[in-house]
Amino acid sequence: MNIDSEQIITVHHLSKIFKVGFWGRRVTAVDELSLDVQRGEIYGFLGPNGAGKTTTIKMLMGLIYPSQGTAHLFGQPVGDRAAKAKVGFLPESPYFYDYLTSREFLRFYGHLFGLLGSMLEKRIDELLELVGMVHARDLQLRKFSKGMLQRVGIAQALINDPELVILDEPMSGLDPIGRKEVRDLIVRLKESGKTVMFSSHILHDAELLCDRVAMIMKGKLVACGLVSELIDHGTTQEVEMVVDRLSPEGIEALRPLAMKTVLHGERVMAILASQRQVDDALEILRANKAKLVSLIPHKASLEDLFIRKAKGVQQVVEVHA
Amino acid sequence: MKVLSIAFNTFRENLRDKLLYNLLIFALLMIGSSLILMRLTLGEFHRLILDIGLGSINFFGVLIAIFVGIGLVSKEIEKKTIYTIISKPVARFQFLLGKYVGLSLTLLINTAIMACGLLAVLYMQDVPIHAVLFKALIMIVVEFMVITAVALLFSTFSSATFSAIFTLALYVIGHLTPDLKAFGEKMGGLGKTILEGMYYVLPNLDRFNLKGHVTHQLDVPTGDLLVIGAYGLAYTAFLLTLASVIFQRRDFR
Repeated sequence: MNIDSEQIITVHHLSKIFKVGFWGRRVTAVDELSLDVQRGEIYGFLGPNGAGKTTTIKMLMGLIYPSQGTAHLFGQPVGDRAAKAKVGFLPESPYFYDYLTSREFLRFYGHLFGLLGSMLEKRIDELLELVGMVHARDLQLRKFSKGMLQRVGIAQALINDPELVILDEPMSGLDPIGRKEVRDLIVRLKESGKTVMFSSHILHDAELLCDRVAMIMKGKLVACGLVSELIDHGTTQEVEMVVDRLSPEGIEALRPLAMKTVLHGERVMAILASQRQVDDALEILRANKAKLVSLIPHKASLEDLFIRKAKGVQQVVEVHA
Repeated sequence: MKVLSIAFNTFRENLRDKLLYNLLIFALLMIGSSLILMRLTLGEFHRLILDIGLGSINFFGVLIAIFVGIGLVSKEIEKKTIYTIISKPVARFQFLLGKYVGLSLTLLINTAIMACGLLAVLYMQDVPIHAVLFKALIMIVVEFMVITAVALLFSTFSSATFSAIFTLALYVIGHLTPDLKAFGEKMGGLGKTILEGMYYVLPNLDRFNLKGHVTHQLDVPTGDLLVIGAYGLAYTAFLLTLASVIFQRRDFR
C-alpha cells in the first residue's frame, strides 16, 4: 500500500439506532455512514448540532457500539487496544477530574498509556508549554475557565504522542483568540506528521484548516471531498457589479443578465450569476458610457454549500413526511 | 498498572471529598461518646464501649461504601469523565476494578483510623483487648468489600439514587437472611422455595458480624474466619464479574 494514501480511519455503512423513552422508540442517529481518513491530512467532520457527529466519533472511540456497519482505526476494528494506544481524543465540552491539578491530571493519563518517571514528566512539561498552561500547572482544574479546560483537554489528548488526533468540537465555547490558537495547534500537529480529524459546526474554521471534509445531516453523509472541489462544484460564483450613470436603456439591457438589480439614485447594483455574464455586462456599460465603480466576485464558501444541503435535506424530509 | 493508576486516582478523589471527613469525624465522635454514655450505665461498661465502637465503625463504613460506591461509575458517566478513560487503551473491566480497589483502599484506611479511635478509648478505660476484636474488624472490612461491590454493580446500570436505594435494601436484607430461611420453613410450599432461594442468592451479611463474640469475649477459630473470609471474597468476585459483563455492553451516550 502506498504510504501517502494509507487509510487511518475507515468507516463502512456505519449506523447507530438508539432506543429512547419508555416505549423504546427507535431513533436513527447515524445512517449508513461511510468515509475514510488518510494519513497526514486534516479531516473536517461537519454538520449542524444533532447531526450525529458526536455519535460517530463515540463509535470510533469505542464508547458506543454500532448498530450496523464497521469502523476501523489503523486497520483494526474499533475498540482494539493497540490501535487506541495510537489515538488521542478530546471529547466535546470536556469535564475532567476537577480535584486534580493540571500536572496530576496529565500524569494520570500518562500512566494509562504506561508512561512513567522522568520521561512522562518531561512530556507533561512540553505539553503544558505547547498549550500555554505552564502558569496553571499546580492549580486544581475546578478553578479553570472553559478555555483553560479545553487546553488541558488537548494536552491530555496528546500525552501519548498519538499518530491520530480526534477532536470533538475543539473550537466551541472559545473566544476568537482561543479559536485561533486551537487552529494554529491543529496546523502544527499536521506539520509534525499527525493525522487530525475534528468535528465542527463552525464552517469558517473548517475551510481554513481542512484538506478534506465530510458533511453530515440527520445522520446521513451529504457531501464529502476536498474543500476546494466542494466549493467549486457545489456552489456558483456570483459577481457583484456596481455602476454609476447608467442610462435607463442600459439598465433594461442589463436586467436579463443579472439575477438581481438594485437602483440607488444614479447608482445601480447588479448581481451576476457567474463570471460568464461579466463580459456581456461590460459591453453594455461601454455602449452606454456608464462608469464602473466596482466588480467583486463573491467567493463561495462551505457555508453556502452547507445551507443548500440543509435545505435539500429539509425538502427530502418534507416529501417523505 | 492501569488498574492501580485508576485505583490511586479514585483514592485521591475520595481523599479530596468532604463527605468522607464529615463521616469520619462523626464516627470518631460516636466512639468517643461511649465514654459519656458509660457514666450512665451500671457495670458492663466494657461491653457498651465495644458495642458502640464496633457499631459505629460498621455503620459509618457502610455509609461510605454505599454513598461513595454508588457514585463510582454513575458520576463518571454523568460528568463524562469516563469518555477520556475508555478511549485510552484501558479495558472496561480494568476501569471497574480500578474504581473498586480505590474505594476499598479508602475504606481500609478509614476503618484503620476508626479502629485506632476505638483502641484509644479502650486503652484509656483499661478495657482488656482480645484478639477477637481484631478478627471482628477484619470481618467488618470484608463486609465493606461486599457492599462496595453491590453498590458498584448497581451503579453500572442505574442512576445514583436507585443504586443507593437498592444497595441499602440489600444491606438490610443481607443482615436478615437467616430470618428469611426460618420464615420460609414456616410458610412451606412456593413461599418456602422463593425465600430459600433468596437465602442462598443474597449475601449473608450477618456472617461477618462478630460483635457478639467480641462483647462476650468468645474467640472465633481461625478456620471459621477463613471460611467466612473466603465466602466474602467469592461473593465479591461474583458481583464484580457480573458488573463487568453489564458494563462491557453499555453505550456511553
